[in-house]
Amino acid sequence: MAENSLAANVKPIAAGAHVTAAAFLGDVPLFALGDGTALLLDAGNEKRIVLHPDAAILVAARADKRLITGGDDGRILAMNAGGSVEEIFHTDGAWIDALAGRDDGSIAWSSGREVGARDPQGAIKHFSAPSSVRGLAYTPKGYRLAVAHYNGATLWFPNAAAPPEVFAWKGAHLDVTVSPDGRFLVTSMQENALHGWRIADQQDMRMSGYPAKTRSFSWSGDGHWLATSGAEACIVWSFKDKDGPMKKAPRECGARRARVSRVAFHPKALVIAVGYEDGWILLCRLTDGAEILVRKPQSEAHDPVSTLVWADDGRRLLFGTVEGNAGVLAMP
Amino acid sequence: MAEKIPVTVLTGYLGAGKTTLLNRILSEPHGKKFAVIVNEFGEIGIDNDLVVGADEEIFEMNNGCICCTVRGDLIRIIEGLMKRKGKFDAIIVETTGLADPAPVAQTFFVDADVAAAVRLDAVVTVADAKWLSQCLKDAPEAKNQIAFADVILLNKTDLVGSEELHEVKARIGAINPYAKLHETINCGVPLDAVLGRGAFNLDRILEIEPEFLEAEEYEHDHHDHDGHKHGLKHFHDEEVQSIALTIDGDVDSQKFLPWLNQYVQTEGPSILRAKGIVAFKNEPKRFAFQGVHMILEGDLQRDWKPGEPRRSRIVFIGRKLKEGDIRRGFLACAA
Repeated sequence: MAENSLAANVKPIAAGAHVTAAAFLGDVPLFALGDGTALLLDAGNEKRIVLHPDAAILVAARADKRLITGGDDGRILAMNAGGSVEEIFHTDGAWIDALAGRDDGSIAWSSGREVGARDPQGAIKHFSAPSSVRGLAYTPKGYRLAVAHYNGATLWFPNAAAPPEVFAWKGAHLDVTVSPDGRFLVTSMQENALHGWRIADQQDMRMSGYPAKTRSFSWSGDGHWLATSGAEACIVWSFKDKDGPMKKAPRECGARRARVSRVAFHPKALVIAVGYEDGWILLCRLTDGAEILVRKPQSEAHDPVSTLVWADDGRRLLFGTVEGNAGVLAMP
Repeated sequence: MAEKIPVTVLTGYLGAGKTTLLNRILSEPHGKKFAVIVNEFGEIGIDNDLVVGADEEIFEMNNGCICCTVRGDLIRIIEGLMKRKGKFDAIIVETTGLADPAPVAQTFFVDADVAAAVRLDAVVTVADAKWLSQCLKDAPEAKNQIAFADVILLNKTDLVGSEELHEVKARIGAINPYAKLHETINCGVPLDAVLGRGAFNLDRILEIEPEFLEAEEYEHDHHDHDGHKHGLKHFHDEEVQSIALTIDGDVDSQKFLPWLNQYVQTEGPSILRAKGIVAFKNEPKRFAFQGVHMILEGDLQRDWKPGEPRRSRIVFIGRKLKEGDIRRGFLACAA
């Protein structure tokens, strides 16, 4: 177990509700919570803003300098670091199930099978998926959206007449991600596995062996590795070669007797922040498996880490748990 | 971890009175907050409660089990509801009148995240006393809903005569005599008749054993004015039946468990519900199990009490069950 510890560098924050997501808006850390509020750390002072009154923030993502939240009140809001809020879209009360944001300010969301995409100029386009959508991700290049649904995933060009490209694979697909080089599309599945496609030729890749569903994945800064949750270690697949992870055993790091619930690759180094279902957080170096302790809860309660987010410069890490415990790690 | 949140599933054929029951549950002064998962918003009176729209999306699981279907929308909704944990005490799922209860029930056993957060409390079926007999002839869904039920509200009994009431009760008894039956007008039942039943909880099976394994005593029906037992007509349903078998003594666990597993693996599609309490040779504790289609869960429970006869009893409710096979298979497990 980790002998080195950065626990003294962690500032704990009592968020008080399920931490749905966290993000840095410029320098300002903030947390989107299950009680409908956002918690900002403004020059170290906690500030709470009610975004979705009497509702829960189900999903949240950063788009450029704003936090985008989707609630079970059917509203999608965008808030900046100063706390000013704009409503982006609202349904007739149907839940917002998935969200994606991009650094150019693009925002995408889904509610049931209806998908919306808003480009940086504010133009909104709509698309109906073949079934309810669980995951959304923008491709790194081009204005293109990956949509995960039952029996596959779809790549949709919101601003082009081209028909959506369907990637079929039987089963229920949950979250979706596209590799930073735009070559691979990867989904997590209901059946405790990942499914990948090489986008150019739709070559299938099946990544299985997980004891639980993978609900968190993260690409390394160089785009060569995909870290995943769902096992009692962080499972890391190599996507460096043209065949992706096929015929290569994945790497493991941070093995413990607790399931990994959340992973986040450091933006610059081959170091992964790994969050567990018992609330522990470790930093694991992929190259040699070295571990540094970030958080070890005093009680042995079941309190899965629900969000882990690095600052763009990799100097700080935000975390939050399902029971409403959060914090900021400042790297030495 | 905190106590799992109970889920009550309300089924019933079109027009039987599900919404009436739901409104009754929500409007009683129980001080509880419910999260209600419905297919159609509308006639539900909600002030305090959380109402979520569902879309009955059925997912087939890629686990080699052909009857293993789950409600994808329920998995998604329950994941979302858990983000506001502490804001509600229980969940009620109202299905459409044409829904098969199996995918709903299986969701609570197949999906590990759902199973970790909530527990299925009971399947409550509302049946229309006037129209059920007809529905059972025409609609396989209605039959499934009766077969699957832990609690049946035979509703609108004021619209039928005692003869007709007898017939419909006998028809229910032919399909599923193990559900707790309540005759109601406007779904008028005390809330504890439908909530907090623990029908799927192996621990609770011990407390509710008479209902769990004993057929309802239709003979004690108060409408039976002549005081004799011959007032009840016996129906045999061609399609859905229940089979109860008893061994007056122990079974060999080395034979019984492989047989049970093998049987539900091969005959799972035709088995709607399975349950039992079994005495294993040289085992001081009772073994209880329950299942839905191919999904089985079982565990050793409390000790057999001194003086309590060590009996092994199993019940299957299903479609065109092969009674001879089940009987031969089970009896061969006797120790």
